[in-house]
Amino acid sequence: MKRIIAPLDYSRRWSLRWVIVATTVFLYAPILILIAFSFSESRRLVKIEGFTLKWYEKAMNNDQLALAFANSLTIALINTIVATALGALAAVLLWRFRFPGKPVYEGATALPIIVPEICMGVALYVFFARVGWPSDWIWPFNLSAIAAAHIAFSFPFVAMIVRARLANFNRELEESAKDLGASEWQVLHDVVIPFMKPGLIAGALLAFTLSLDDFVITFFTSGPNTVTFPIKIYSMVRFSVTPEVNAASTMLIVITLVLTALALWMQNRDKPGAEA
Amino acid sequence: MSDDAIVRIEGVTKTFAGNVTVVDRVDLRVGRGEFFALLGPSGCGKTTLLRMIAGFELPTDGRIVIDGEDMSTTPPNQRPINMVFQSYAVFPHMTVAKNVAYGLKVEGVAEAEIGPRVEEVLNLVKLKGYGARLPNQLSGGQRQRVALARALVKRPKVLLLDEPLSALDAKLREAMQLELVRLQHAVGITFIIVTHDQKEALSMADRIAVMESGKIRQLDTPERLYEYPSNRFVADFIGKMNLFEGKVVTREGARLLVDVTGLGRISVPHEDDIAVSIGVAVRPEKISLYRARPADSAITLQGIVTNLAYLGESLQIFLETESGNQLIISQTNVSRSGSGAPRKGENLWCSWQAADTLLLQD
Amino acid sequence: MESWRRSPKTFLALGLPPTAWLLLFFLIPIGIVWAFSFGEKVGIVDIDITGTFANYDRAFEAVYLQIMVKSLIMAGLTTLVCIAVGFPVAFLITFAPARWKPWLLLLIILPFWTNLLIRTYAMIAVLRTNNGFLNMGLEAIWDAADAVTGLFGLAALGAFQPWDILYSDAAVLIGMVYVFLPFAVLPLYSTLERLDTNFLEASLDLGAGHLKTFFSIVVPLAGPGIASAVIITFIPALGSFLQPDLLGGTDSQLIANVIERQFLSANDWPFGGALSFLLMYITFIAIAARAFLTRPNERRGSLPA
Repeated sequence: MKRIIAPLDYSRRWSLRWVIVATTVFLYAPILILIAFSFSESRRLVKIEGFTLKWYEKAMNNDQLALAFANSLTIALINTIVATALGALAAVLLWRFRFPGKPVYEGATALPIIVPEICMGVALYVFFARVGWPSDWIWPFNLSAIAAAHIAFSFPFVAMIVRARLANFNRELEESAKDLGASEWQVLHDVVIPFMKPGLIAGALLAFTLSLDDFVITFFTSGPNTVTFPIKIYSMVRFSVTPEVNAASTMLIVITLVLTALALWMQNRDKPGAEA
Repeated sequence: MSDDAIVRIEGVTKTFAGNVTVVDRVDLRVGRGEFFALLGPSGCGKTTLLRMIAGFELPTDGRIVIDGEDMSTTPPNQRPINMVFQSYAVFPHMTVAKNVAYGLKVEGVAEAEIGPRVEEVLNLVKLKGYGARLPNQLSGGQRQRVALARALVKRPKVLLLDEPLSALDAKLREAMQLELVRLQHAVGITFIIVTHDQKEALSMADRIAVMESGKIRQLDTPERLYEYPSNRFVADFIGKMNLFEGKVVTREGARLLVDVTGLGRISVPHEDDIAVSIGVAVRPEKISLYRARPADSAITLQGIVTNLAYLGESLQIFLETESGNQLIISQTNVSRSGSGAPRKGENLWCSWQAADTLLLQD
Repeated sequence: MESWRRSPKTFLALGLPPTAWLLLFFLIPIGIVWAFSFGEKVGIVDIDITGTFANYDRAFEAVYLQIMVKSLIMAGLTTLVCIAVGFPVAFLITFAPARWKPWLLLLIILPFWTNLLIRTYAMIAVLRTNNGFLNMGLEAIWDAADAVTGLFGLAALGAFQPWDILYSDAAVLIGMVYVFLPFAVLPLYSTLERLDTNFLEASLDLGAGHLKTFFSIVVPLAGPGIASAVIITFIPALGSFLQPDLLGGTDSQLIANVIERQFLSANDWPFGGALSFLLMYITFIAIAARAFLTRPNERRGSLPA
């Protein structure tokens, strides 16, 4: 008997289900193959055979990789703090004030999101080279150029997210707080910032991932002594493809997923509190 | 078998994911050319029933027969039925004329025929000259007329209307009620309307099915529903009702002797058999008020006016009897002077005829 | 909203830090490149800004123009495939039962959180000629087909010839679709999600089939969402650097690779600057075109993107 499906029950139609199954396979198969190779005994990435953790051991004992990883995390952390702060300031500024040239200002803040990464990368490359930005400072200060670049492209994203959140702010909340005798500062602290919180968390999360994952802009702002994890993986890929690269990649995938899941969980946990 | 029913609903049940039964073994016959209403509070299953008739939901059990043909699982685009949505769903990217022509075009009606038919139906819904407008240049009422025209132009066997007046303001709603009745007479198509507004259903429909929790509680003409509700739910849902608890004492021919809490024993005409514990009900406007005890009335009570609500065309009096019963009495506002109207705190007599008393089983 | 004049101190305190950062680490660097694009190289590091258009002229020489056109075509094809695949996916998620929706969305977004470089690198093992998973799959199909033709006594198909896809334009295209597909699904989903299903029901009710409903109701009403999906896929695809770099052959380079070379190996900053500004101008034109096509239009009632 023919299965009878209600007219708008599209999710029960096999023709559409096949599309999503095929898409899922297409999206996940390459990553799963990459992960599978990281456990393969064979040195050459030809066949997946046996099971070993030796590539992970090798990757962990690779000092350059460890340093690259430390660099990436440090940059991501600095980026998250500064970009979230700058993004929040810009969002509140645009939400709160009317000022001449505002559309132009809004456009300028959106530029780092729009401009192709490669253009921003070469611009920063030229800039840091021309101003003679010091890269021989002691760790972690030698990472300042990369961090500055990451902040420049991530804070507009934070501003966008926080602004979207503020757009839903009911100004009567602010007015009723003032009506109840709250000062300007108390209103900001007790009403506006708690309301912004989910936006801030989401923005911070995005800033962290953007920084940890960035390749192109970092490629143009890093030097031989300031290598990040993706840059290190890139040079390993270019140099010779070994399962060690797969092990390192798998570690980065897992770390990103765990951190994102954690942040999402925190965001969801905070939801009832944020509404109160 | 041919009969006069255009829509027959036979034991239709709809159970949603899990085991939420929203429509529960409903049987229904809608006659040709009838103006039929499904009335009930929100969540009673009336919209789901309508959507099953349209073909948007499939019944879990039972049959939907349209013009003698079982269409329980026929897709909506193959049913001789059209619908006016609560949100109107007038396509925002098409002009009024294109909206109306859409159904004819997909049906493959010749271009030469479409134009005149669109014109004709736009005249019918009083939208002559609006063909080139876009929906967002129309008012809510006009958009509804487009939705109506779009459905009527298909000359369906049945027109379904899902809460068609709920988005209109009070004045326009009343005008549209009359308009819908006029339209239905003009085209002679069966209308099935879903509404939660009893006034709407009473004023428009030939017959009304009152639904609650997925079941039809009573199916009758507006007059019968109001004057002879068959159960407490219908009595309470349609209009206002004073309800007392009572127990049947004995039968005296065509009458029942009932012992009513706070009222004493009364004799009420009632032919059918009934349970022992019953509800005793009377409409507020059936009760008369007196300053002195009336002589001849069958059922008489005394009480103190606790509150008054002035509603313009009528006055509602809230009376509390000695035994603690609360009564609502409605008086038509017949004279402007208002002299002699009851005052708060006044001690009054009220009475009504035994024949106006209803006995409700469940 | 209040005028900045009413509390200039708060205004400055809020505005100064982000503005300064944007200026120093974005606008000034971009400005320098812009200035250099009108300059001439004198010596190894020195550049004279002479106001010449020579760099732009050179960008329109056949060899570079060809790469530019190819970049546009590759980005266009990527966008086309992403929308064609992304639309049914977004459509299915929209109409999936509520409890499945977040999981299906997560399924599509999850690769988003995986590093771009790693995803591009992962494609190598799939596409390579020897022991690539694509070729292994094709070989299996080939062998099966061979067995079937043998069964019917037809001529054998012969030995399987692996497809040399890696380090070709096709590999770059597959890599780009792979990386940008989730970009297209999200804006499509968010538009379809807001589409009133009554419109679809009304269309079916009036007698239209599912395909007719899809093309005459869903697609026009989702127009702005489609435009967003196109832009959000096309712009990063146009600036693709890693996919041609890792998956392409020597002749697969796109505009971003040429720009990179001018700065990191050819040391021709003025020419690189001109190229990167041309890329930016194309981006701006694409955005302006989208804004123009989906401008808030009183005459059309489509949903906002």
